[in-house]
Amino acid sequence: MTEYITKICDNGNIAVDDTILVKDAVATAGSKILEGFKPLFSAEAVTRLLDKGYTVSGKTATGEFGLDLVGEFSYYAPQDGNLKGAAAELVAKGDVKAALGVDMNGATRRAAALSGVDFLKPTYGTVSRYGVISCAASGEQLGVYAKNADGIREIMDVIAGHDSKDGTSLPEEKYDYSISAVNGKKVCIVKELLDKADDAAKAKVLAVAEALKADGVVVETVSLDVFDLANTAWQILMCAETCNNVSRYDGVKFGHRAEKYRNIDELYVNTRTEGFNFLTKTVILYGSDVLSKNRYKDCFDKSLRVRRVVSEKMAELFASYAAVLTPVCSKTSYEDYDINDAFIKVFEESVFTCVPNLIGAPALVTSGVQFIGKNFSESTLLSLGASAEGKGE
Amino acid sequence: MNYEVVIGLETHVELETASKIFCSCGGHSAANEPNDCVCPACSGMPGMLPVMNKRVVELAVTAGLMLNCEISRYTTFDKKNYYYPDLPCAYQITQINHPICTNGLVSLKTSQGPRDIRIKQIHMEEDAGKLVHSGNSSFVDFNRTSVPLIEIVTQPDFRSAEEVVTYLGKLKNMFRSGGISECEEGAMRCDVNISVRPEGSEEFGVRTEIKNMSSFEAIEKAIKYESQRHIDAIEFGTEELVQETRRFDDVTGKTSAMRNKETEADYRYFPDANLMPIVIDDEWLEAIKAAKPTAVDEKAEEYREAGISDKEIDMLLANNKILRLLDDTVALGCNMKDTAAYILTDCMGILRKAGKTISELDITAENLAAVIKMVADGKINRNAGKKVLIAMIEDGADPVEFCKANGLDKQVDSSAVESIVDAVIANNAQAATDYRNGKVKALQALFGACMKELKGAGDPTVIKALLENKLK
Repeated sequence: MTEYITKICDNGNIAVDDTILVKDAVATAGSKILEGFKPLFSAEAVTRLLDKGYTVSGKTATGEFGLDLVGEFSYYAPQDGNLKGAAAELVAKGDVKAALGVDMNGATRRAAALSGVDFLKPTYGTVSRYGVISCAASGEQLGVYAKNADGIREIMDVIAGHDSKDGTSLPEEKYDYSISAVNGKKVCIVKELLDKADDAAKAKVLAVAEALKADGVVVETVSLDVFDLANTAWQILMCAETCNNVSRYDGVKFGHRAEKYRNIDELYVNTRTEGFNFLTKTVILYGSDVLSKNRYKDCFDKSLRVRRVVSEKMAELFASYAAVLTPVCSKTSYEDYDINDAFIKVFEESVFTCVPNLIGAPALVTSGVQFIGKNFSESTLLSLGASAEGKGE
Repeated sequence: MNYEVVIGLETHVELETASKIFCSCGGHSAANEPNDCVCPACSGMPGMLPVMNKRVVELAVTAGLMLNCEISRYTTFDKKNYYYPDLPCAYQITQINHPICTNGLVSLKTSQGPRDIRIKQIHMEEDAGKLVHSGNSSFVDFNRTSVPLIEIVTQPDFRSAEEVVTYLGKLKNMFRSGGISECEEGAMRCDVNISVRPEGSEEFGVRTEIKNMSSFEAIEKAIKYESQRHIDAIEFGTEELVQETRRFDDVTGKTSAMRNKETEADYRYFPDANLMPIVIDDEWLEAIKAAKPTAVDEKAEEYREAGISDKEIDMLLANNKILRLLDDTVALGCNMKDTAAYILTDCMGILRKAGKTISELDITAENLAAVIKMVADGKINRNAGKKVLIAMIEDGADPVEFCKANGLDKQVDSSAVESIVDAVIANNAQAATDYRNGKVKALQALFGACMKELKGAGDPTVIKALLENKLK
């Protein structure tokens, strides 16, 4: 598979997904529409790593705007049957110490689960989004792939903390990512979510549960019927925000421009027809629809209210449990499929990943499973991850 | 039948801030060339995020306080979606759901008596860029993109073009004197909503909106044309009125349809997740209130009491720089009415002769106060004072230094003046005789001779009086 879209140096220790800017390195977010776009600055997270002496190996392939399952629909690196995600694969192979990715609709977490590496989607606002090719601003978050929990801790210690260039960045300069003993902690498995996974994916969750119990963690099964609702709400918000954020790609200023057009409307239409793939176009259509005058109240506005309800329901869970243990994908591997089916496939799989995006909570993928915690509970999640390491296989 | 015109106004005002609303680029007034004041943020490049300019909030709140609005303690931004090449992100950041100010009131004095105009809301937003067309090509200039604006929306409370123009004049004066905006050409733009109904009717007629006019003259003409068009349609059935957006053509003096309600764009407004809600707490609001300049009405009253004429007050209020010069000079201990006369008569006269306008006046309050005091204390006479002003305005001279260098500050005691007057009369016997015989003009020659001897020092009125006395 094509791992690097742009190789920056041979011995770099950090890979950066193509949805994140590195100064002067072509950044496309996997889309033809941004063909040849060279950013004038690096993402804040990249700058912080470079300042600490890390080196960027290159830009890794992502699916167009990170909208697909694991990165299979990149304009520059067509799928070849190995649906695992380029950055996750590089980390798994040990080519790089860690990689940065943007978690927006679960692609990075699914890629990590399928490649057997860890990925942390941090609490919203703790890592600057400056330099992220933004789609769903209200829920996307720059996160880290690494071999294990300690690898994530190392990178998070560098990149997290307030950035005045991001208006949604929280004021704290430092957060706790330390790893400690987990005995006595309580974790729950949500029955409704577990039942959406096939036997192999379920088995991973149960294996991790057993490993945690061995380390003194209490694991209980609970019932909470909120994930389908949360998923619908997040898909609505995600489509709306993405539709709006990619509307700047119009062929006027940078990136791809259609060769043939007779007026400004044709310039827009032809450029965008050629520049976006079918999945992005579908997202744009859904997004335009849910924001339209007639649908706004019943779709977008209602989704904002669902966001509050889900937040409250999850807060009730977090009052009793340190984390929720869930599958990441409905199965343990994905086969090639047609892009015409992508929207619905991603929608179905996102039921496992949507809640952290919707409510801003942190999530850690490790050993093929996911821990979701309350805001700023990364230290707990990484500790649970360290305890579960290798146990889901 | 008699008809009543009903008008509501949306006024966009460019704010006087050092930087744009969401990035650190300078305002477009700082630009010399197209795209001088542009960065990745205001040109819509991916990866950039908007960061709120606090000063914009403070100026918007100050404007709200001036217009007697309720200030929202919680205010948010929304995105308005539409495609146009001068809008780099294809959306404009504006306020729909929680505007910064609501429910204000402006009182007007019109020829029909006092009138109250209710302000529905004031919201903050970013401006768009500009397209420049040349031959077959169009060029985009992003200098104006993201320049901060406030939009002031009134209720449909105007009943004539005169009221609209009075209101706009008042806003302009208030915003200039309050440091909100210089309201220069193009920095204040209006959309006019207009309908017509039979006098006494409570129901509104069909409403049309005339977009984007920046001169008072155009606004007045457009309202007059459009209301007559409505009346003709109702009275004579000349056409069917439809709710639509229209533009005004300065050359023909007519309005024409741009788009109607059916084809109106759906802007798909929704909250901007990149900008956190702004919370204005008591402390911040009090600080803004404390820094707010005196309201224009109070200011005018203060001047009127000091004996300054209404015409002069209007001139003062129309120019923030002059207003500040007056206030600062008065603060240094000068009489308000005298100071106003120095600025509006003497300085303006000097500037006019040099082909300049009052806004080009570039003297400090300290220097102006020094001149006024020298004259008031009799150290130099009024004429010498004028010479000092000319030197200050034209050459940037220091008043005290200038007087010394040119001997204007020479102390002339009254006995010295008297002996000079005596000598002049003795040396110009013919002129003295002529005057005594009723040739009034002869006095002028004697006076001139005295002034020449005194080299400009001495008080002209005293000298004149002395001459008249001695020649009786």
